[in-house]
Amino acid sequence: MSDIAIVCQQAKRAWIIASKDIRIYYSKGPVVIFGILFPIFLFLSFAVGRNLTVEFLMPGLLGMVLFFTATSISPAVAPWETQARTLERLMSSPLTSHTIILGDILASFVFGVLISLMSVLAGMVLDIKISQPLILILGIILAGFCFSSMGLIFSAAPTSMPSTIMMLSAMVKFPVVFISGIFIPLAQLSEWGRIISFVSPLTYFTDIARHCIQNQGYLPLGIDFMVLLAFNFLFLVSAMKLHEKTMPKRI
Amino acid sequence: MGTHSSIAIKVSDLTKRYGKLTAVDHISFEVKKEEIFGFLGPNGAGKTTTVRMLTGVIEADGGKALVMGYEAGSLKAKQVAGVVPEMANAYVDLSGWKNLKLMGEIYGVPKNVIKDRSEELLKKVNLYSRKDEPVRSYSKGMRQRLILVMALISDPEILFLDEPTSGLDVQSSRMIRDFLQELNSDGKTIFLTTHQMDEANQLCDRIAIINRGVIVKIDSPERIRTAIKGMHSVEVSFDRVVDDHFLTSLSEVKSVKKKGDKFRLYTENPGETVVALVNQVAERNMKIVSLNVLLPSLEDAFVALTGREE
Repeated sequence: MSDIAIVCQQAKRAWIIASKDIRIYYSKGPVVIFGILFPIFLFLSFAVGRNLTVEFLMPGLLGMVLFFTATSISPAVAPWETQARTLERLMSSPLTSHTIILGDILASFVFGVLISLMSVLAGMVLDIKISQPLILILGIILAGFCFSSMGLIFSAAPTSMPSTIMMLSAMVKFPVVFISGIFIPLAQLSEWGRIISFVSPLTYFTDIARHCIQNQGYLPLGIDFMVLLAFNFLFLVSAMKLHEKTMPKRI
Repeated sequence: MGTHSSIAIKVSDLTKRYGKLTAVDHISFEVKKEEIFGFLGPNGAGKTTTVRMLTGVIEADGGKALVMGYEAGSLKAKQVAGVVPEMANAYVDLSGWKNLKLMGEIYGVPKNVIKDRSEELLKKVNLYSRKDEPVRSYSKGMRQRLILVMALISDPEILFLDEPTSGLDVQSSRMIRDFLQELNSDGKTIFLTTHQMDEANQLCDRIAIINRGVIVKIDSPERIRTAIKGMHSVEVSFDRVVDDHFLTSLSEVKSVKKKGDKFRLYTENPGETVVALVNQVAERNMKIVSLNVLLPSLEDAFVALTGREE
Protein backbone atom coordinates (compact mmCIF):
# COMPACT_ATOMS: atom_id res chain seq x y z
CA MET A 1 0.00 0.00 0.00
CA SER A 2 1.43 3.41 -0.97
CA ASP A 3 1.96 6.20 1.57
CA ILE A 4 -0.89 8.23 0.07
CA ALA A 5 -3.24 5.24 0.31
CA ILE A 6 -2.28 4.78 3.97
CA VAL A 7 -2.92 8.47 4.70
CA CYS A 8 -6.35 8.24 3.01
CA GLN A 9 -7.17 5.03 4.88
CA GLN A 10 -6.21 6.58 8.24
CA ALA A 11 -8.15 9.79 7.45
CA LYS A 12 -11.24 7.69 6.77
CA ARG A 13 -10.73 5.81 10.04
CA ALA A 14 -10.25 9.12 11.92
CA TRP A 15 -13.71 10.07 10.70
CA ILE A 16 -15.05 6.71 12.00
CA ILE A 17 -13.57 7.56 15.43
CA ALA A 18 -15.15 11.01 15.22
CA SER A 19 -18.56 9.50 14.35
CA LYS A 20 -18.27 7.19 17.35
CA ASP A 21 -17.44 10.17 19.61
CA ILE A 22 -20.38 12.13 18.17
CA ARG A 23 -22.77 9.24 18.86
CA ILE A 24 -21.53 8.61 22.37
CA TYR A 25 -20.34 11.89 23.83
CA TYR A 26 -22.53 14.71 22.40
CA SER A 27 -25.31 14.04 24.88
CA LYS A 28 -23.07 13.63 27.95
CA GLY A 29 -23.88 16.04 30.80
CA PRO A 30 -20.52 17.87 31.00
CA VAL A 31 -20.57 18.50 27.24
CA VAL A 32 -24.04 20.05 27.30
CA ILE A 33 -23.30 22.06 30.46
CA PHE A 34 -19.80 23.35 29.57
CA GLY A 35 -20.35 23.46 25.82
CA ILE A 36 -23.76 25.08 25.45
CA LEU A 37 -25.39 26.25 28.66
CA PHE A 38 -22.31 27.80 30.23
CA PRO A 39 -21.32 30.24 27.44
CA ILE A 40 -24.95 31.28 26.95
CA PHE A 41 -25.48 32.11 30.62
CA LEU A 42 -22.07 33.79 30.88
CA PHE A 43 -22.95 35.92 27.90
CA LEU A 44 -26.43 36.76 29.21
CA SER A 45 -24.95 37.87 32.54
CA PHE A 46 -22.76 40.29 30.58
CA ALA A 47 -25.37 41.54 28.11
CA VAL A 48 -28.63 41.82 30.05
CA GLY A 49 -29.39 45.30 31.37
CA ARG A 50 -26.76 47.05 29.24
CA ASN A 51 -27.49 49.33 26.36
CA LEU A 52 -25.48 47.42 23.73
CA THR A 53 -26.35 46.79 20.09
CA VAL A 54 -26.99 43.27 18.80
CA GLU A 55 -24.24 43.89 16.20
CA PHE A 56 -21.76 44.49 19.03
CA LEU A 57 -22.93 41.50 21.07
CA MET A 58 -23.07 38.99 18.23
CA PRO A 59 -19.30 38.61 17.52
CA GLY A 60 -18.62 38.08 21.23
CA LEU A 61 -21.42 35.55 21.58
CA LEU A 62 -20.22 33.71 18.50
CA GLY A 63 -16.65 33.67 19.79
CA MET A 64 -17.72 32.28 23.18
CA VAL A 65 -20.05 29.67 21.71
CA LEU A 66 -17.41 28.41 19.27
CA PHE A 67 -14.68 28.43 21.91
CA PHE A 68 -16.70 26.60 24.57
CA THR A 69 -18.37 24.06 22.25
CA ALA A 70 -15.17 23.19 20.37
CA THR A 71 -13.31 22.64 23.63
CA SER A 72 -16.10 20.74 25.38
CA ILE A 73 -15.65 17.22 23.95
CA SER A 74 -12.00 16.92 22.95
CA PRO A 75 -10.52 17.19 26.47
CA ALA A 76 -12.93 14.65 27.95
CA VAL A 77 -12.78 11.79 25.42
CA ALA A 78 -9.38 10.41 26.45
CA PRO A 79 -10.17 10.20 30.21
CA TRP A 80 -13.64 8.81 29.41
CA GLU A 81 -12.13 6.09 27.21
CA THR A 82 -9.53 5.36 29.89
CA GLN A 83 -12.19 5.08 32.58
CA ALA A 84 -14.47 2.91 30.41
CA ARG A 85 -11.53 0.64 29.44
CA THR A 86 -12.18 1.02 25.73
CA LEU A 87 -8.88 2.67 24.85
CA GLU A 88 -6.68 -0.45 24.68
CA ARG A 89 -9.08 -1.96 22.15
CA LEU A 90 -8.62 1.11 19.92
CA MET A 91 -4.85 1.18 20.40
CA SER A 92 -4.53 -2.42 19.25
CA SER A 93 -6.67 -1.73 16.15
CA PRO A 94 -5.08 -0.74 12.84
CA LEU A 95 -5.00 2.93 13.79
CA THR A 96 -2.05 5.18 14.60
CA SER A 97 -2.19 7.26 17.76
CA HIS A 98 -2.44 10.31 15.47
CA THR A 99 -5.56 8.86 13.84
CA ILE A 100 -7.25 8.41 17.22
CA ILE A 101 -6.32 11.97 18.25
CA LEU A 102 -7.47 13.41 14.94
CA GLY A 103 -10.80 11.59 15.32
CA ASP A 104 -11.34 13.15 18.75
CA ILE A 105 -10.46 16.59 17.40
CA LEU A 106 -12.86 16.18 14.47
CA ALA A 107 -15.76 15.25 16.78
CA SER A 108 -15.26 18.40 18.83
CA PHE A 109 -14.71 20.48 15.71
CA VAL A 110 -17.99 19.36 14.12
CA PHE A 111 -19.86 20.08 17.37
CA GLY A 112 -18.34 23.57 17.64
CA VAL A 113 -18.96 24.47 14.00
CA LEU A 114 -22.56 23.21 13.97
CA ILE A 115 -23.58 25.06 17.13
CA SER A 116 -21.81 28.22 15.91
CA LEU A 117 -23.54 28.11 12.53
CA MET A 118 -26.85 27.72 14.36
CA SER A 119 -25.97 30.88 16.34
CA VAL A 120 -25.21 32.70 13.08
CA LEU A 121 -28.57 31.60 11.65
CA ALA A 122 -30.32 32.76 14.85
CA GLY A 123 -28.56 36.13 14.46
CA MET A 124 -29.73 36.41 10.86
CA VAL A 125 -33.29 35.75 12.01
CA LEU A 126 -32.79 38.72 14.40
CA ASP A 127 -31.94 40.77 11.29
CA ILE A 128 -28.20 40.93 11.81
CA LYS A 129 -26.41 41.73 8.57
CA ILE A 130 -23.32 39.71 7.82
CA SER A 131 -21.23 41.62 5.30
CA GLN A 132 -18.71 38.82 4.55
CA PRO A 133 -20.46 35.48 5.19
CA LEU A 134 -17.83 33.31 3.46
CA ILE A 135 -15.00 34.90 5.45
CA LEU A 136 -17.00 34.31 8.64
CA ILE A 137 -17.61 30.64 7.77
CA LEU A 138 -13.91 30.19 6.93
CA GLY A 139 -13.04 31.82 10.26
CA ILE A 140 -15.44 29.51 12.13
CA ILE A 141 -13.89 26.44 10.46
CA LEU A 142 -10.31 27.52 11.15
CA ALA A 143 -10.96 28.62 14.72
CA GLY A 144 -13.14 25.56 15.43
CA PHE A 145 -10.29 23.23 14.52
CA CYS A 146 -7.82 25.35 16.47
CA PHE A 147 -9.93 25.35 19.67
CA SER A 148 -10.67 21.65 19.34
CA SER A 149 -6.94 20.86 19.08
CA MET A 150 -6.30 23.16 22.03
CA GLY A 151 -8.89 21.22 24.05
CA LEU A 152 -7.03 18.01 23.44
CA ILE A 153 -3.85 19.42 24.97
CA PHE A 154 -5.71 19.73 28.29
CA SER A 155 -6.25 15.96 28.40
CA ALA A 156 -2.65 14.97 27.69
CA ALA A 157 -2.10 14.10 31.35
CA PRO A 158 -2.82 10.35 31.59
CA THR A 159 -5.70 10.51 34.05
CA SER A 160 -8.93 8.53 33.96
CA MET A 161 -10.90 11.28 35.73
CA PRO A 162 -12.87 13.47 33.27
CA SER A 163 -13.72 15.88 36.12
CA THR A 164 -10.01 16.61 36.69
CA ILE A 165 -9.55 17.48 33.04
CA MET A 166 -12.74 19.57 32.92
CA MET A 167 -11.51 21.56 35.93
CA LEU A 168 -8.09 22.03 34.36
CA SER A 169 -9.58 23.17 31.06
CA ALA A 170 -12.00 25.55 32.84
CA MET A 171 -9.02 27.14 34.60
CA VAL A 172 -7.53 27.98 31.21
CA LYS A 173 -10.75 28.71 29.28
CA PHE A 174 -12.20 31.40 31.54
CA PRO A 175 -9.15 33.68 31.60
CA VAL A 176 -8.88 33.23 27.82
CA VAL A 177 -12.47 34.49 27.37
CA PHE A 178 -11.74 37.63 29.42
CA ILE A 179 -8.58 38.58 27.53
CA SER A 180 -9.86 37.99 23.99
CA GLY A 181 -11.76 41.17 23.19
CA ILE A 182 -15.17 39.58 23.71
CA PHE A 183 -16.49 41.89 26.41
CA ILE A 184 -14.22 44.85 25.63
CA PRO A 185 -13.15 45.33 21.97
CA LEU A 186 -9.39 45.32 21.32
CA ALA A 187 -9.37 49.03 20.39
CA GLN A 188 -10.70 49.95 23.82
CA LEU A 189 -8.21 47.78 25.76
CA SER A 190 -5.20 49.31 27.49
CA GLU A 191 -1.82 48.78 25.86
CA TRP A 192 -0.80 45.96 28.22
CA GLY A 193 -4.28 44.41 27.95
CA ARG A 194 -3.94 44.36 24.18
CA ILE A 195 -0.51 42.74 24.38
CA ILE A 196 -1.91 39.98 26.62
CA SER A 197 -4.87 39.51 24.28
CA PHE A 198 -2.58 38.66 21.39
CA VAL A 199 -1.56 35.47 23.21
CA SER A 200 -5.11 34.13 22.88
CA PRO A 201 -6.28 32.45 19.64
CA LEU A 202 -9.85 33.51 20.49
CA THR A 203 -8.79 37.16 20.01
CA TYR A 204 -8.22 36.56 16.31
CA PHE A 205 -11.53 34.81 15.71
CA THR A 206 -13.45 37.52 17.60
CA ASP A 207 -11.70 40.09 15.44
CA ILE A 208 -12.70 38.18 12.26
CA ALA A 209 -16.31 38.10 13.52
CA ARG A 210 -16.24 41.87 14.21
CA HIS A 211 -14.92 42.45 10.67
CA CYS A 212 -17.77 40.38 9.21
CA ILE A 213 -20.63 41.62 11.43
CA GLN A 214 -19.65 45.13 12.61
CA ASN A 215 -17.36 46.00 9.68
CA GLN A 216 -14.78 47.20 12.19
CA GLY A 217 -12.02 44.76 13.15
CA TYR A 218 -8.82 45.85 14.87
CA LEU A 219 -6.25 43.78 12.99
CA PRO A 220 -6.16 43.22 9.22
CA LEU A 221 -8.09 40.05 8.25
CA GLY A 222 -4.95 38.56 6.71
CA ILE A 223 -3.12 38.78 10.05
CA ASP A 224 -6.08 37.22 11.90
CA PHE A 225 -6.11 34.23 9.54
CA MET A 226 -2.31 33.82 9.50
CA VAL A 227 -2.09 33.79 13.29
CA LEU A 228 -5.02 31.37 13.57
CA LEU A 229 -3.27 29.07 11.09
CA ALA A 230 -0.10 29.22 13.18
CA PHE A 231 -2.09 28.40 16.35
CA ASN A 232 -3.72 25.49 14.48
CA PHE A 233 -0.34 24.07 13.60
CA LEU A 234 1.05 24.60 17.11
CA PHE A 235 -1.92 23.03 18.93
CA LEU A 236 -2.35 20.11 16.52
CA VAL A 237 1.32 19.11 16.62
CA SER A 238 1.51 19.59 20.42
CA ALA A 239 -1.67 17.54 21.02
CA MET A 240 -0.43 14.70 18.83
CA LYS A 241 3.06 14.62 20.31
CA LEU A 242 1.82 14.81 23.91
CA HIS A 243 -0.84 12.12 23.46
CA GLU A 244 1.55 9.87 21.56
CA LYS A 245 3.75 9.97 24.65
CA THR A 246 1.07 9.63 27.31
CA MET A 247 -1.45 7.29 25.62
CA PRO A 248 0.37 4.05 26.60
CA LYS A 249 0.40 5.28 30.21
CA ARG A 250 -3.40 5.38 30.25
CA ILE A 251 -3.84 1.62 30.08
CA MET B 1 8.14 -9.21 4.69
CA GLY B 2 5.62 -11.90 3.98
CA THR B 3 3.17 -14.27 5.56
CA HIS B 4 4.19 -17.50 3.78
CA SER B 5 6.37 -18.85 6.59
CA SER B 6 5.00 -21.42 9.02
CA ILE B 7 5.81 -19.07 11.91
CA ALA B 8 3.01 -16.81 13.14
CA ILE B 9 4.93 -14.99 15.88
CA LYS B 10 8.68 -14.67 16.17
CA VAL B 11 10.04 -12.93 19.25
CA SER B 12 13.75 -12.26 19.82
CA ASP B 13 15.19 -10.71 22.96
CA LEU B 14 12.04 -8.68 23.63
CA THR B 15 12.50 -6.40 26.62
CA LYS B 16 10.37 -3.87 28.48
CA ARG B 17 11.45 -1.79 31.46
CA TYR B 18 9.42 0.41 33.78
CA GLY B 19 12.00 2.49 35.62
CA LYS B 20 14.24 0.06 37.46
CA LEU B 21 11.86 -2.86 37.02
CA THR B 22 12.45 -5.10 34.01
CA ALA B 23 8.92 -6.33 33.35
CA VAL B 24 9.95 -8.46 30.36
CA ASP B 25 13.56 -9.53 30.23
CA HIS B 26 15.01 -10.54 26.84
CA ILE B 27 12.41 -13.20 26.03
CA SER B 28 12.55 -15.20 22.80
CA PHE B 29 10.05 -17.68 21.42
CA GLU B 30 8.19 -18.69 18.29
CA VAL B 31 4.52 -19.54 17.74
CA LYS B 32 3.62 -21.73 14.77
CA LYS B 33 0.68 -20.99 12.52
CA GLU B 34 -2.59 -22.73 13.50
CA GLU B 35 -1.25 -23.34 17.00
CA ILE B 36 -2.84 -22.43 20.34
CA PHE B 37 0.05 -21.04 22.31
CA GLY B 38 -0.44 -20.36 26.01
CA PHE B 39 1.46 -17.81 28.00
CA LEU B 40 1.23 -18.95 31.58
CA GLY B 41 2.49 -17.11 34.61
CA PRO B 42 1.60 -15.69 38.00
CA ASN B 43 0.23 -12.16 38.38
CA GLY B 44 2.91 -9.61 37.55
CA ALA B 45 5.03 -12.11 35.60
CA GLY B 46 5.00 -10.05 32.39
CA LYS B 47 2.19 -11.74 30.43
CA THR B 48 0.10 -8.64 29.73
CA THR B 49 3.17 -6.52 29.00
CA THR B 50 4.24 -9.09 26.39
CA VAL B 51 0.79 -9.13 24.75
CA ARG B 52 0.71 -5.34 24.71
CA MET B 53 4.08 -5.23 22.94
CA LEU B 54 2.93 -7.84 20.41
CA THR B 55 -0.32 -5.98 19.70
CA GLY B 56 1.32 -2.56 19.40
CA VAL B 57 -0.25 -1.00 22.47
CA ILE B 58 3.15 -0.29 24.03
CA GLU B 59 6.60 -0.11 22.51
CA ALA B 60 9.38 -2.51 23.47
CA ASP B 61 12.60 -1.11 24.90
CA GLY B 62 14.65 -3.75 23.12
CA GLY B 63 14.47 -6.81 20.93
CA LYS B 64 12.22 -7.58 18.00
CA ALA B 65 8.83 -9.19 17.41
CA LEU B 66 7.19 -10.19 14.16
CA VAL B 67 3.48 -11.03 13.84
CA MET B 68 2.58 -12.92 10.65
CA GLY B 69 5.84 -11.61 9.19
CA TYR B 70 5.12 -7.95 9.99
CA GLU B 71 6.78 -5.87 12.66
CA ALA B 72 4.67 -5.99 15.82
CA GLY B 73 2.77 -2.74 16.29
CA SER B 74 2.82 -1.83 12.60
CA LEU B 75 -0.49 -1.16 10.86
CA LYS B 76 -0.07 -4.34 8.81
CA ALA B 77 0.49 -6.48 11.91
CA LYS B 78 -2.53 -4.88 13.62
CA GLN B 79 -4.66 -5.41 10.51
CA VAL B 80 -4.17 -9.20 10.52
CA ALA B 81 -4.70 -9.59 14.28
CA GLY B 82 -7.76 -9.69 16.50
CA VAL B 83 -7.24 -8.65 20.11
CA VAL B 84 -9.12 -9.31 23.34
CA PRO B 85 -7.32 -7.17 25.91
CA GLU B 86 -7.45 -7.95 29.62
CA MET B 87 -10.23 -6.05 31.43
CA ALA B 88 -11.33 -4.42 28.17
CA ASN B 89 -14.85 -3.21 27.65
CA ALA B 90 -17.12 -2.55 24.72
CA TYR B 91 -18.79 0.86 24.40
CA VAL B 92 -21.59 0.54 26.94
CA ASP B 93 -23.67 3.35 25.39
CA LEU B 94 -23.81 1.50 22.07
CA SER B 95 -25.65 -1.73 21.34
CA GLY B 96 -23.78 -4.98 20.74
CA TRP B 97 -24.61 -4.67 17.04
CA LYS B 98 -23.22 -1.10 16.80
CA ASN B 99 -20.04 -2.11 18.65
CA LEU B 100 -19.45 -4.79 16.04
CA LYS B 101 -20.20 -2.36 13.23
CA LEU B 102 -17.73 0.15 14.69
CA MET B 103 -14.96 -2.46 14.92
CA GLY B 104 -15.69 -3.69 11.40
CA GLU B 105 -15.45 -0.15 10.03
CA ILE B 106 -12.17 0.51 11.87
CA TYR B 107 -10.70 -2.64 10.26
CA GLY B 108 -12.02 -1.57 6.85
CA VAL B 109 -14.42 -4.50 6.46
CA PRO B 110 -17.05 -3.90 3.71
CA LYS B 111 -20.52 -3.03 5.07
CA ASN B 112 -22.35 -6.09 3.73
CA VAL B 113 -19.64 -8.38 5.16
CA ILE B 114 -19.92 -6.64 8.55
CA LYS B 115 -23.66 -7.28 8.55
CA ASP B 116 -23.42 -10.97 7.62
CA ARG B 117 -20.49 -11.67 9.91
CA SER B 118 -22.03 -9.82 12.87
CA GLU B 119 -25.18 -11.85 12.55
CA GLU B 120 -23.25 -15.12 12.36
CA LEU B 121 -20.91 -14.30 15.26
CA LEU B 122 -23.64 -12.98 17.57
CA LYS B 123 -25.68 -16.12 16.97
CA LYS B 124 -22.62 -18.22 17.70
CA VAL B 125 -22.17 -16.69 21.18
CA ASN B 126 -25.90 -16.53 21.97
CA LEU B 127 -26.14 -12.74 21.86
CA TYR B 128 -28.21 -12.25 18.73
CA SER B 129 -31.48 -11.80 20.59
CA ARG B 130 -29.90 -8.98 22.65
CA LYS B 131 -28.04 -7.35 19.75
CA ASP B 132 -29.98 -4.06 19.81
CA GLU B 133 -29.75 -3.53 23.55
CA PRO B 134 -27.06 -1.22 24.94
CA VAL B 135 -24.04 -3.10 26.25
CA ARG B 136 -24.68 -1.38 29.60
CA SER B 137 -27.43 -3.98 30.18
CA TYR B 138 -25.17 -6.99 29.43
CA SER B 139 -23.75 -9.24 32.16
CA LYS B 140 -19.97 -9.63 32.49
CA GLY B 141 -20.05 -12.94 30.63
CA MET B 142 -22.10 -11.44 27.80
CA ARG B 143 -19.72 -8.49 27.51
CA GLN B 144 -16.72 -10.80 27.32
CA ARG B 145 -18.40 -12.86 24.60
CA LEU B 146 -19.14 -9.64 22.72
CA ILE B 147 -15.51 -8.48 23.03
CA LEU B 148 -14.40 -11.83 21.64
CA VAL B 149 -16.63 -11.52 18.58
CA MET B 150 -15.56 -7.88 18.14
CA ALA B 151 -12.02 -9.23 17.77
CA LEU B 152 -13.27 -11.65 15.11
CA ILE B 153 -15.25 -9.23 12.95
CA SER B 154 -12.25 -8.69 10.65
CA ASP B 155 -11.70 -12.47 10.31
CA PRO B 156 -8.13 -12.13 11.65
CA GLU B 157 -5.39 -14.63 10.92
CA ILE B 158 -4.18 -14.50 14.51
CA LEU B 159 -6.02 -13.89 17.75
CA PHE B 160 -4.46 -12.46 20.92
CA LEU B 161 -6.41 -13.06 24.12
CA ASP B 162 -5.29 -11.74 27.49
CA GLU B 163 -6.96 -13.70 30.32
CA PRO B 164 -10.17 -14.17 28.30
CA THR B 165 -12.10 -16.14 30.91
CA SER B 166 -10.85 -14.44 34.05
CA GLY B 167 -13.67 -13.89 36.53
CA LEU B 168 -16.35 -15.38 34.29
CA ASP B 169 -19.09 -17.84 35.23
CA VAL B 170 -18.63 -21.48 34.28
CA GLN B 171 -21.07 -21.34 31.37
CA SER B 172 -19.45 -18.31 29.69
CA SER B 173 -15.94 -19.69 30.28
CA ARG B 174 -16.88 -23.00 28.70
CA MET B 175 -18.57 -21.29 25.75
CA ILE B 176 -15.47 -19.18 25.10
CA ARG B 177 -13.11 -22.16 25.39
CA ASP B 178 -15.22 -24.27 23.03
CA PHE B 179 -15.38 -21.37 20.58
CA LEU B 180 -11.60 -20.92 20.71
CA GLN B 181 -11.06 -24.60 19.95
CA GLU B 182 -13.45 -24.32 17.02
CA LEU B 183 -11.64 -21.26 15.69
CA ASN B 184 -8.34 -23.09 15.97
CA SER B 185 -9.78 -26.06 14.07
CA ASP B 186 -10.72 -23.58 11.33
CA GLY B 187 -7.06 -22.55 11.06
CA LYS B 188 -6.73 -19.54 13.35
CA THR B 189 -3.54 -19.07 15.34
CA ILE B 190 -4.29 -18.25 18.96
CA PHE B 191 -1.99 -16.60 21.49
CA LEU B 192 -3.52 -16.83 24.92
CA THR B 193 -2.35 -15.60 28.31
CA THR B 194 -3.80 -17.17 31.40
CA HIS B 195 -2.97 -17.98 34.97
CA GLN B 196 -5.48 -20.83 34.98
CA MET B 197 -3.78 -24.21 34.71
CA ASP B 198 -6.91 -26.02 33.56
CA GLU B 199 -7.44 -23.57 30.74
CA ALA B 200 -3.85 -23.90 29.53
CA ASN B 201 -4.01 -27.68 29.86
CA GLN B 202 -7.29 -28.02 27.94
CA LEU B 203 -6.63 -25.52 25.16
CA CYS B 204 -2.96 -25.15 24.39
CA ASP B 205 -0.75 -27.09 22.02
CA ARG B 206 2.28 -25.55 23.71
CA ILE B 207 2.78 -23.26 26.63
CA ALA B 208 5.48 -20.89 27.77
CA ILE B 209 5.82 -20.40 31.51
CA ILE B 210 6.94 -16.88 32.34
CA ASN B 211 8.07 -15.74 35.76
CA ARG B 212 9.47 -12.35 36.76
CA GLY B 213 9.78 -11.38 33.11
CA VAL B 214 11.79 -14.46 32.10
CA ILE B 215 10.57 -17.52 30.21
CA VAL B 216 11.43 -20.56 32.31
CA LYS B 217 10.00 -23.30 30.09
CA ILE B 218 8.36 -23.79 26.69
CA ASP B 219 6.84 -27.14 25.81
CA SER B 220 3.54 -29.02 25.49
CA PRO B 221 1.48 -29.15 28.71
CA GLU B 222 1.93 -32.93 28.88
CA ARG B 223 5.71 -32.80 28.53
CA ILE B 224 6.00 -30.05 31.10
CA ARG B 225 3.94 -32.10 33.55
CA THR B 226 5.91 -35.29 33.16
CA ALA B 227 9.32 -33.62 33.11
CA ILE B 228 9.03 -32.53 36.73
CA LYS B 229 10.97 -35.02 38.80
CA GLY B 230 10.02 -35.81 42.37
CA MET B 231 6.50 -34.50 41.88
CA HIS B 232 4.64 -37.82 41.50
CA SER B 233 2.17 -38.33 44.26
CA VAL B 234 -0.02 -40.93 45.92
CA GLU B 235 -3.45 -39.74 47.00
CA VAL B 236 -5.07 -41.77 49.76
CA SER B 237 -8.08 -41.54 52.07
CA PHE B 238 -8.88 -43.68 55.13
CA ASP B 239 -11.97 -44.90 56.96
CA ARG B 240 -11.05 -42.80 60.00
CA VAL B 241 -9.24 -39.66 61.02
CA VAL B 242 -5.51 -40.29 61.05
CA ASP B 243 -2.46 -38.49 62.31
CA ASP B 244 -0.28 -37.70 59.29
CA HIS B 245 2.95 -38.37 61.19
CA PHE B 246 3.12 -41.99 60.12
CA LEU B 247 2.63 -40.96 56.50
CA THR B 248 5.70 -38.69 56.50
CA SER B 249 7.82 -41.51 57.83
CA LEU B 250 6.92 -43.84 54.94
CA SER B 251 9.61 -44.91 52.51
CA GLU B 252 10.49 -42.37 49.76
CA VAL B 253 7.84 -39.80 50.88
CA LYS B 254 9.20 -36.26 50.50
CA SER B 255 6.23 -34.38 51.86
CA VAL B 256 2.56 -34.80 52.77
CA LYS B 257 -0.30 -32.41 52.09
CA LYS B 258 -3.82 -32.76 53.43
CA LYS B 259 -6.41 -32.10 50.73
CA GLY B 260 -9.91 -32.26 52.20
CA ASP B 261 -10.47 -35.81 53.50
CA LYS B 262 -7.49 -37.08 51.48
CA PHE B 263 -3.73 -36.99 51.92
CA ARG B 264 -1.35 -36.42 49.07
CA LEU B 265 2.05 -38.04 49.50
CA TYR B 266 4.76 -36.58 47.23
CA THR B 267 7.37 -39.15 46.24
CA GLU B 268 9.98 -40.01 43.64
CA ASN B 269 9.05 -43.68 43.78
CA PRO B 270 5.28 -44.12 43.92
CA GLY B 271 5.44 -47.97 43.71
CA GLU B 272 7.58 -48.31 46.83
CA THR B 273 5.50 -45.73 48.67
CA VAL B 274 2.26 -47.63 47.92
CA VAL B 275 3.75 -50.90 49.25
CA ALA B 276 4.96 -49.19 52.45
CA LEU B 277 1.59 -47.47 52.87
CA VAL B 278 -0.43 -50.68 52.48
CA ASN B 279 1.81 -52.47 55.02
CA GLN B 280 1.45 -49.69 57.58
CA VAL B 281 -2.32 -49.55 57.16
CA ALA B 282 -2.58 -53.33 57.69
CA GLU B 283 -0.44 -53.10 60.84
CA ARG B 284 -2.71 -50.37 62.26
CA ASN B 285 -5.97 -52.20 61.42
CA MET B 286 -7.13 -49.31 59.23
CA LYS B 287 -8.88 -49.43 55.88
CA ILE B 288 -8.05 -47.52 52.74
CA VAL B 289 -11.16 -45.91 51.18
CA SER B 290 -9.43 -44.71 48.00
CA LEU B 291 -5.92 -44.85 46.59
CA ASN B 292 -4.63 -43.16 43.43
CA VAL B 293 -1.20 -42.71 41.94
CA LEU B 294 -1.03 -39.26 40.31
CA LEU B 295 1.31 -37.82 37.75
CA PRO B 296 2.38 -34.25 38.49
CA SER B 297 -0.30 -31.74 37.51
CA LEU B 298 0.44 -28.69 35.43
CA GLU B 299 -0.07 -26.73 38.62
CA ASP B 300 2.65 -28.78 40.34
CA ALA B 301 4.95 -28.14 37.39
CA PHE B 302 4.09 -24.45 37.47
CA VAL B 303 4.88 -24.17 41.17
CA ALA B 304 8.11 -26.11 40.74
CA LEU B 305 9.22 -23.93 37.82
CA THR B 306 8.20 -20.56 39.21
CA GLY B 307 8.85 -21.27 42.86
CA ARG B 308 5.53 -19.64 43.75
CA GLU B 309 2.12 -20.86 44.81
CA GLU B 310 -0.38 -19.19 42.49
